[in-house]
Amino acid sequence: MMNKLLSPAKTEVLFMGNEAIARGALEAGVSVVSGYPGTPSSEVIERLSEVAHERNLYVEWSTNEKVALEVAAAASFSGLRSMCVMKQNGVNVASDFLLHLSSSGTRGGIVLVECEDPGALSSVNEGESRYFARMLEIPLLEPANFQEAKDLTKWAFELSEKIRNVVMLRSVTRMSHASGNVICGKLPQKFRTARFISDGPVMDPLRGPVVSTPVVIKHGLQQKKLETAVALFEQSPFNEYYGPKRPELLIVTSSACFLYSREAVEILSLQKRVGILKLSCTWPLPVKLLKKYLRLTDKVMIVEEVLPFLEENVKVAAMDMIRDTGIKTFYGKMDKTFPSAGELNPEIVMKALGRMMKVRPRSPHAGYLREVQKVASKIAPRAQTFCPGCPHRASFWNINTALKLDGREGIVCGDIGCYAMASLWPEIGFHTVRTLHSMGSGTGLASGFAKLSAFGLDKPVMAVCGDSTFYHAVIPALINAQHNKADITFIVLDNAGTAMTGFQPHPGINESAIGEPLPSVDIEAICKAIGARVAVSDPFDLEETNRILTSFMAERGSMKVLILRQACALSPEKKGKKQYRMKVDEELCLGDQCGCNRLCTRIFRCPALTWDRKKKKAVIDDVICAGCGVCHFICPQKAIIKTEAAGK
Amino acid sequence: MKTTLPKEPTNMIITGVGGQGNVMASRVLAGMLVNAGFVVTIGETFGMSQRGGSVMSHLRVSSSSVLSPQIPQGMADIVIALEPVEALRVLVKYGNPDVAVLANSRMVYPMGVITGEFTYPTMEEVQSMFEKISAKNWMIDATSVAVDLDNPVLSNIVMIGALAGTSLLPIDRRAFEKEIVKTIPAGKREVNLKAFDAGAKMIEPRPVAR
Repeated sequence: MMNKLLSPAKTEVLFMGNEAIARGALEAGVSVVSGYPGTPSSEVIERLSEVAHERNLYVEWSTNEKVALEVAAAASFSGLRSMCVMKQNGVNVASDFLLHLSSSGTRGGIVLVECEDPGALSSVNEGESRYFARMLEIPLLEPANFQEAKDLTKWAFELSEKIRNVVMLRSVTRMSHASGNVICGKLPQKFRTARFISDGPVMDPLRGPVVSTPVVIKHGLQQKKLETAVALFEQSPFNEYYGPKRPELLIVTSSACFLYSREAVEILSLQKRVGILKLSCTWPLPVKLLKKYLRLTDKVMIVEEVLPFLEENVKVAAMDMIRDTGIKTFYGKMDKTFPSAGELNPEIVMKALGRMMKVRPRSPHAGYLREVQKVASKIAPRAQTFCPGCPHRASFWNINTALKLDGREGIVCGDIGCYAMASLWPEIGFHTVRTLHSMGSGTGLASGFAKLSAFGLDKPVMAVCGDSTFYHAVIPALINAQHNKADITFIVLDNAGTAMTGFQPHPGINESAIGEPLPSVDIEAICKAIGARVAVSDPFDLEETNRILTSFMAERGSMKVLILRQACALSPEKKGKKQYRMKVDEELCLGDQCGCNRLCTRIFRCPALTWDRKKKKAVIDDVICAGCGVCHFICPQKAIIKTEAAGK
Repeated sequence: MKTTLPKEPTNMIITGVGGQGNVMASRVLAGMLVNAGFVVTIGETFGMSQRGGSVMSHLRVSSSSVLSPQIPQGMADIVIALEPVEALRVLVKYGNPDVAVLANSRMVYPMGVITGEFTYPTMEEVQSMFEKISAKNWMIDATSVAVDLDNPVLSNIVMIGALAGTSLLPIDRRAFEKEIVKTIPAGKREVNLKAFDAGAKMIEPRPVAR
């Protein structure tokens, strides 16, 4: 079985957008790849880690995005090509270094790949990072199909080397996690060697020290580099026009929105009336190219996600060329033709386009639509929930029980991971978590809440975080809490990997991105070194965990740490293996007659613990039960029987 | 071996519940179609997909062009569902009077049904709704076959076999064999072929016409 990423030149393969980006980097001869996992970006590094040996790559899951960018930059300074990959809000984390990096300049080609999530399909924000390219004055590229995701990535390295600065490549969920046909190019035969030279004069870009000083002179130089990039953008085949010579309306678009726009035009049969200018080089805008197409018509529609970034830039450019191109009417986010929140799709574009061009898409007859309405009213919603066997369900059961017994309405601050669901939907995780922000911020918030007792807020304060989050951004907040004597109970939900994004290793795992042994950095030892009192428990052991939590809450005046250790039910070592075989004893279960008011199915909420509607009793769905055994402890009748699973 | 598509483009949605092997099914199917010379665009959302929610992959097959990874509403030609009510959920948004449906009959109850806040339709009700809002439909118990093969997640491959059995698409056993040589480790190929064959056999040559 050959790895698809190594397919020979000229073969046509189905690549996910992220795989196409990975292949583009290989074709560019990338040597060092780093990043921090985050949907929808993680597959770029995952796929590259699988071919690290064959392609002589160093692949690293770094502690966080800022460190990842620093690791990649060191390779660039040494003449290698490098790539750093992250999700949209990762750029915020990396941005302080990025500001200085863009100012010092780079040597070997370096590309910052950031994958955004319009509509927040798997994020707790729909942050925009395109503005960073404008603010930090670096070029921005946005592939609009799968072939381009590969080709543009490869070209990004060449551009970076030409202007000696970092280049940002932006993808979105509907590109990164979509797939399409890609024709592969050549993989280079030679690998580069690293050399770091820094004994030349300060203004020598290849031999001097790599610094952002003298600031004003280097800043001016950085802006010249951007002008060089624009000159290349003006000629770039990646920006294309599709449509008639004199369209009634010009659509200016980028990224996945190009595919939505083209489909909308085709479905409404507007190919002869509407032109599409697809820009893949989006910052700085190639203004001469833009002028050529703005001249074609007076009406301009800008289709993009999420904020009006392209729209703003096109309007500013149009203002400067108004004598040549004439007055335009713009349709986009600012006049509310499109929403500025949430993702777009072909229908949204089709509706806007239809209204403007006075055409209507065909729709099924009324009788069919009536039947559809009837069916729609009968479908129960399917909300997300913790998986069967998820340690988080047990952890939150423990935390919630301890808080209830305590009775002071303690506050729990949440963090980023699957366990964040305990704050997003009240019915998941027993309505336990009350704040949710960025990586590590739960602990900082808890540190702050704990200091409000002088102002009358005297409640127990807790923070939860996952193991990967702990390393990423929690440690400074933890030191802050300890140093400032914040009275908090800090709980690590250690499920042995970066579970939500697909079990990427982190510093607590004794293995690298490519599976080589590494020393693990122990969470317990770090917390102890900070000076906190630390306990470790198995969340599936309800009794012991509850005992620790209760004693921690009673202890005032300092930070306490509880590490709840149990691997994710989907982790490779656990998946498909049951520790226990679970069964409901129909004699013991009193069903609706029991005073528990269906505690197991109504409150505990495990997808595998269901309700037999005919017998009116609880029943285990053996196909999806993970065999964690926790439900055995919650039934007051002890009707849920657990036996050691044999064999598996 | 380029053959023709029933429609240009042919829009397909594979749906199910997180953890049922939805993404894997869409990859295998798409791989078979790319091998046959078609241009395929898949759109899917995952990341939260394993957390018990509804999962959906959009597969668009064309002889020439890349399409939007999201199928416009009302424009699905084929819906393949690893869970029957998920088929309805998709049909309501993407269906049209000409759509064909292939569904696994094994129900997975949403949390709200388990807790008693919502009710779930019976199999007979689901069947009758299929009749009303699709042109053709098949319902098979793929999960039982997969459980007999000792791995419930193989129901996704049983469904691909069944899809081949419906002749809705230009795919057959040879195309499946060719694809899994590339994507599935040698030790697991035989059981996958068994699942495919079992699925193909479950389709009677009797599509229910509207």
